[in-house]
Amino acid sequence: MNPIDLVFERLQAEKRTALIPFITTGDPDLRTTVDIVVELEKAGADMIELGVPYSDPLADGPVIQKASERALRNPITLEACVDVAAKAREAGVKMPFILFTYYNPVLQYGLERFFTLLHEQGISGLIIPDLPIEEDGEVREMAAEAGVHLVPLVAPTSKARVQRIAAEAQGFVYCVSSLGVTGMRSEFHAGLEGFLESVREATPLPIAVGFGISSREQVERMSASADGVIVGSAIVRQVEEALPLLSDETTYRQGIEQIGRFVAGLRV
Amino acid sequence: MIQVPDASGRFGKFGGRYVPETLMNALLELEEAYKHYSQDPDFQAEVNELLHTYSGRPTSLYFAERLTRHLGGAKIYLKREDLNHTGAHKINNTIGQGVLAKRMGKKKIIAETGAGQHGVASATIAALLGLECKVFMGEEDMKRQQLNVFRMQLLGAEVVPVLSGTRTLKDACNETLRYWVSNVDDTYYILGSVTGPHPYPMIVRDFQRIIGDEAREQILKDEGRLPDYIVAAVGGGSNAMGIFYPFVGDESVRLIGVEAAGRGVDTEEHAATMTKGRHGVFQGSLSYVLQDETGQVQPAHSISAGLDYPGIGPEHAYLKDVGRAEYFPVTDAEALEALQLLSRTEGIIPALESAHAIAHVMKLAPSLPAGQTIVVSLSGRGDKDVETIMGYLGGLKHESN
Repeated sequence: MNPIDLVFERLQAEKRTALIPFITTGDPDLRTTVDIVVELEKAGADMIELGVPYSDPLADGPVIQKASERALRNPITLEACVDVAAKAREAGVKMPFILFTYYNPVLQYGLERFFTLLHEQGISGLIIPDLPIEEDGEVREMAAEAGVHLVPLVAPTSKARVQRIAAEAQGFVYCVSSLGVTGMRSEFHAGLEGFLESVREATPLPIAVGFGISSREQVERMSASADGVIVGSAIVRQVEEALPLLSDETTYRQGIEQIGRFVAGLRV
Repeated sequence: MIQVPDASGRFGKFGGRYVPETLMNALLELEEAYKHYSQDPDFQAEVNELLHTYSGRPTSLYFAERLTRHLGGAKIYLKREDLNHTGAHKINNTIGQGVLAKRMGKKKIIAETGAGQHGVASATIAALLGLECKVFMGEEDMKRQQLNVFRMQLLGAEVVPVLSGTRTLKDACNETLRYWVSNVDDTYYILGSVTGPHPYPMIVRDFQRIIGDEAREQILKDEGRLPDYIVAAVGGGSNAMGIFYPFVGDESVRLIGVEAAGRGVDTEEHAATMTKGRHGVFQGSLSYVLQDETGQVQPAHSISAGLDYPGIGPEHAYLKDVGRAEYFPVTDAEALEALQLLSRTEGIIPALESAHAIAHVMKLAPSLPAGQTIVVSLSGRGDKDVETIMGYLGGLKHESN
């Protein structure tokens, strides 16, 4: 069984919502990312999305764009991103890893090699935000063979497409909370609850909500109708704010713990 | 040749729709609307009327006799897209898409722009049709093309400076797509080139094919036969696709795209996507892309803001890979020389984009016998570039950082 399924099964029994942080891999460097992952599990993360930095992150707002730019100051490969998961495991991390990457880096790496890599390094899930169902046939097949869940996104604008997307989904369905790119916001799509309900009806899989969720109150609100909550930009912003601490060995741990405390505070 | 794109927006293997799910329904809705209206005589009549009475089409096919004599060799004809209203071919597309937006009931339009020509053409059609218009433009390009920024503002558009990434056309496109994702309910995105996700490469080609349709008819009238060469500059590739398309089936006609080599294809500062790029997914479609080995898109460079783009339309990638069209690089310096030559021999100051096509003709024409003909797409006029050119030629360094 895929570790993502096991986590959702356990949480459902415990009647808890999964907290799924997103961080940009390599921001500010790979070693720090490993330490953040370790800390976030301690802080209560149930699984984690590792974002692969990309030059043209179409689905992302300014916070993650900037994090990508910071990470790309040093050349970074897909292998190096995936290696963060391996290193975190060596440090004792148990939670499942989900790789979040735009399509072009995957395409350039080569699909077959890519899925071998994910399989070998124990990556449980994959999200490709610029690969709608119309384009994902080959990737879907290879992901299934490699035992990696290809987690699809559905948006409030998906409407009749929800059925089709949900029918093909694996692991969980990622519901986009609002129209727009990633980033903290105070308002979500007006019909959000109705939208989540429509996704719920379309799939027996767990559903998770992401995009714009940044506070404990919002996590709590989403928990009422979703099985998982993804928090991205708000955590990446914490990393950005901790940069001065992280850049100095004497305050490094303090920076890591500061990010951990923020995530612990999100838990419902 | 087979009809492209197919139902899934593919030109061979190229094209497609690599966009966030949030945009998919908007793209499907656009495709549906376009299919409907492109068959609607009333829609066609409105577009044609505007092309004729508002933009001044048909544009002339001009025999550049002095340039021909100067270079020696093949006869050179210029398809004078610079004579369009707003000074470039861009208006062909914005008239078409503007009328489409109106028919679809959209009140707001957005557009990206590099050199500012597409932005001006979008602002123009927005003013004409009473639509609200936002144009996204890289901060770097706003500096290079101040005159066009002001023109857009005069026309009532809001110019939104793009501060992300390279601050040029590439990131202006990203930002426009991001804005569209957030405002997809009531906003129409007028994409300016034959790039992006399906159906844009098809729609923009169809609205630009008038360049080639007219040129084909005009050259047959003037010469009694098809040209031997068609030459056009390519950034995203809309004027080239427009003039190529009606000739694609004429196998005797060689189709030549000219891309910006900037400071040289062996430097790091160029926009020679076909010469130096590889297949990749960028801004919604699979095509050639300037990228590093890990798939990160590389910044492009060209003296011409309109060619300063690391991607190219998927139909060009298709034409290249099936061997129907050829693509050659031309440097900043060669383009500047061509611009001066055309200005002095013909009294036509071309846009820096179009000067790239002329520069290739300077190499091509003398190598051909006098009986052959070349049709060049003179995609735009050079007024917008005069300050940049002055900077270069006056020895004042006017460079991007």
